[in-house]
Amino acid sequence: MAYTEEELKKELETKEYEYGFYTDIESDTFPPGLNEEVVIAISKKKEEPEWMTLWRLEAFKYWKEMEEPEWANVHYEKPDFQAISYYSAPNSKPKYDSLDDVDPELLDTFKRLGISVDEQKKLSGVAVDIVMDSVSVATSFKKTLAEKGIIFCSISEAIREHPELVKKYMGSVVPKRDNFYAALNSAVFSDGSFCYIPKGVRCPMELSTYFRINQAGTGQFERTLVIAEEGSYVSYLEGCTAPSRDENQLHAAVVELVAMDDAEIKYSTVQNWFPGNKEGKGGVFNFVTKRGLCEKNAKISWTQVETGSAVTWKYPSCILKGDNSIGEFYSIAVTNNFQQADTGTKMVHLGKNTRSTIISKGISAGKSQNSYRGLVQVHSRADNARNFSQCDSLLMGNECGAHTFPYIEAKNPTAMIEHEATTSKIGEDQIFYCNQRGINTEKAIALIVNGFSKEVLNKLPMEFAVEAQKLLEISLEGSVG
Amino acid sequence: MDLKDKLISSFMAFENNIDVEHSVHDIRTAAMKNFETRGFPSKKEENWKYTSLNSLQKTDFSIFPREENTLEYKDVKKYFIHEIDTYKIVFVDGIYSSYLSETTHDGVDICLMSAALTKPMYKQVIDVYFNKIASKDESLTSLNTAFSREGAYIYIPKNKMPKKPVEILHFATGNEASLMLQPRNLIVVEENAELQVIERHQSLTSNEVLTNSVTEIFAAKSAIVDYYKIQNDNSTASLIDNTYIDQKDKSVVKIHSFCFGGKLTRNNLNFYQNGEFIDSTLKGVTILGEKQHVDHHTLVHHKQPNCESHQDYKGIYGENSTGVFNGKIIVDKIAQKTDAFQQNNNILISDKATINSKPQLEIFADDVKCSHGCTIGQLDNEALFYLQTRGIPEKEARALLMYAFANNVLASVRIPELKTRINKLIAKKLGVNLGFDL
Repeated sequence: MAYTEEELKKELETKEYEYGFYTDIESDTFPPGLNEEVVIAISKKKEEPEWMTLWRLEAFKYWKEMEEPEWANVHYEKPDFQAISYYSAPNSKPKYDSLDDVDPELLDTFKRLGISVDEQKKLSGVAVDIVMDSVSVATSFKKTLAEKGIIFCSISEAIREHPELVKKYMGSVVPKRDNFYAALNSAVFSDGSFCYIPKGVRCPMELSTYFRINQAGTGQFERTLVIAEEGSYVSYLEGCTAPSRDENQLHAAVVELVAMDDAEIKYSTVQNWFPGNKEGKGGVFNFVTKRGLCEKNAKISWTQVETGSAVTWKYPSCILKGDNSIGEFYSIAVTNNFQQADTGTKMVHLGKNTRSTIISKGISAGKSQNSYRGLVQVHSRADNARNFSQCDSLLMGNECGAHTFPYIEAKNPTAMIEHEATTSKIGEDQIFYCNQRGINTEKAIALIVNGFSKEVLNKLPMEFAVEAQKLLEISLEGSVG
Repeated sequence: MDLKDKLISSFMAFENNIDVEHSVHDIRTAAMKNFETRGFPSKKEENWKYTSLNSLQKTDFSIFPREENTLEYKDVKKYFIHEIDTYKIVFVDGIYSSYLSETTHDGVDICLMSAALTKPMYKQVIDVYFNKIASKDESLTSLNTAFSREGAYIYIPKNKMPKKPVEILHFATGNEASLMLQPRNLIVVEENAELQVIERHQSLTSNEVLTNSVTEIFAAKSAIVDYYKIQNDNSTASLIDNTYIDQKDKSVVKIHSFCFGGKLTRNNLNFYQNGEFIDSTLKGVTILGEKQHVDHHTLVHHKQPNCESHQDYKGIYGENSTGVFNGKIIVDKIAQKTDAFQQNNNILISDKATINSKPQLEIFADDVKCSHGCTIGQLDNEALFYLQTRGIPEKEARALLMYAFANNVLASVRIPELKTRINKLIAKKLGVNLGFDL
């Protein structure tokens, strides 16, 4: 008998979150609540210098005055910021020399996630800085990187060891008072990654960080700072999975990229946090501020595959400050069941001859809502600015929604801006064509979705592309009406 | 006293001059209440992000003109499409001018809102249609509803078609230092009927004018409505135009907006498709200079299956002008097989001009074809060069290219004389004689 769409739908709905397990590692967790003392305590815990504590306190002051934004096209119960614990770290914290010393339970976690630190170390040449509930646990290939003068460490370590760099760049792209969540993050960020590529150095391997939210009721406030000096190149990967949990978990990260003259940063993300179950219960709230600054001839390229989180609010942006700089944004956002995503990008053209490309693919299924919100801004001095945007939406089933909110602002007569958007569904004729060639409906859908997302998938580094494709299949296959 | 307070106090004076017992008056008072709570929209509101009404609110507008003003036909003839015979509904400073008008009751009603709102014979139509599709929340529409008294009233019964197009003209004589006008139009086109309307607002002096106009259009089953808006006012006149269109099965409504002038022009064009197999067309050409500001806000709400909508807005912005395009398409869950198309192309020809474009899609149905495209660019230098090599001077070549750019929109204008008129306006606006007969 043929595999019917109904069956497919059912199978997908009942498919449990594959990575939904909980690692029992004793944690050092703060009681819930947020006030000045908590901010100071976090800072103390991280053994931070005084200037950092003051920096955090200032951010906290701004945050108190700010209101939670409501303009996004998402609806959710607002998190109670006093009911969240703002610090959680795996308890045993020795610095490992080899993997054998690592807590076996933790290793097991990674294994189930399909990240074998071991294997990656040996085979793929990827340096993995694993962030498990906010504290770096293992850092590999540090030596190779150190030889080139590349600094790749946790942000807390960077604050201690490279204060001059952190002081100079932190908050330079995303100011403390940029927005509600950025201010919150600035005040309470627990940990994150820091990466510095010296002048003229081409980073020999893909730098990657796996984030994982682990401790119940712990907000994860990552802070990432990537600095690429003149003429350098770095490709940075960020990937996430989180355990199933019933209450909503809050994640408010800040990512800052600084690309100096002629530098290039490629930042790729695969996000697969717990999206909530099929009744829309639980799931991660993902409110992220990501922004990059391009100096002369610099290039920043964002690639993201978003399949998880109950609510996503994320706009990786580029400020094209220097002449001839380039900004790129490639995104696939998949929503299913009750997920809501409001994501897109901002391209701010300030310098002359700046170029930007936006390719956004939204796939909505189930009862989900998927929005693209983007801004392309050409300032009056940005002569010959060029932008091309394409936002395509694919709808599966008639209970989901796809929305586009592109803002286009041009103040320069030499600007060339093109924007196009389409919305469609998988055509019956396309499925029929595949069926007729012996490809079953499920495979046909995977094929078509893959084809639809190809432009973006192609931009991902090899290691990620495979994982991303797998994720697309998990979150989508069979949800087609 | 700012404009809001002035309007609120004027409402009491207004009530002294109208029949407050009429059922319409409840609608007016409710609308006034809404305006009182909401006030003028500010830039903080998403829908008014790019358009500020602040300077207008500081002007001391007269709400009611003091006296009736007369105009000689020969003085204003050029503002009419005088090459063809039309019905005319003409208002001078907001007051109906029977001398310049030509109305009819012969099979169709092409007359005045003031008559429709007071005479018992129209009550049935008013009860069914008045303020039914216009927004009850939007503050400026409410403001108009509160002061609704005069405007055009057109009722086309089943299977009828008026012999000629209807022209609605509003003249401001400048007898007042600054004048606020609030015309209210109601257009009902019954089943299988057809109507063509040309609307124009014209200020005759450089005294300031603010027009806050509301038009409700009801197109019944298989009705056809063609509506042309000519907005070529002088640079001291501002216009806020709110048009609401309710369409039933198989109706076809086309709205063309030609925007060549005015200090501030805001077009709120709202289509509600309450039936199947509907066709809605929204087209516009905008050519601006000086410090002019135009804001096109369109909404097409697809509420039923198997409907189409077509939007095509072209804009050419020079000098210090600002253009805004905000096109919103909503496709409801039930509205399967919707075909919604939207395009917005802009050319910036001055380094001080600004364009803000926001094409917006909100789609809840899966079996739909929706697309929007938006471009901002310049004239093609190679095309320009090609024309120049053929002996066409640069200025003319540029005009020719710009004319070609806008031509798509003009192609669907169904009144040839109107098309010629608009072509001439475009040529004038571009400052050239195109050298061929338009």
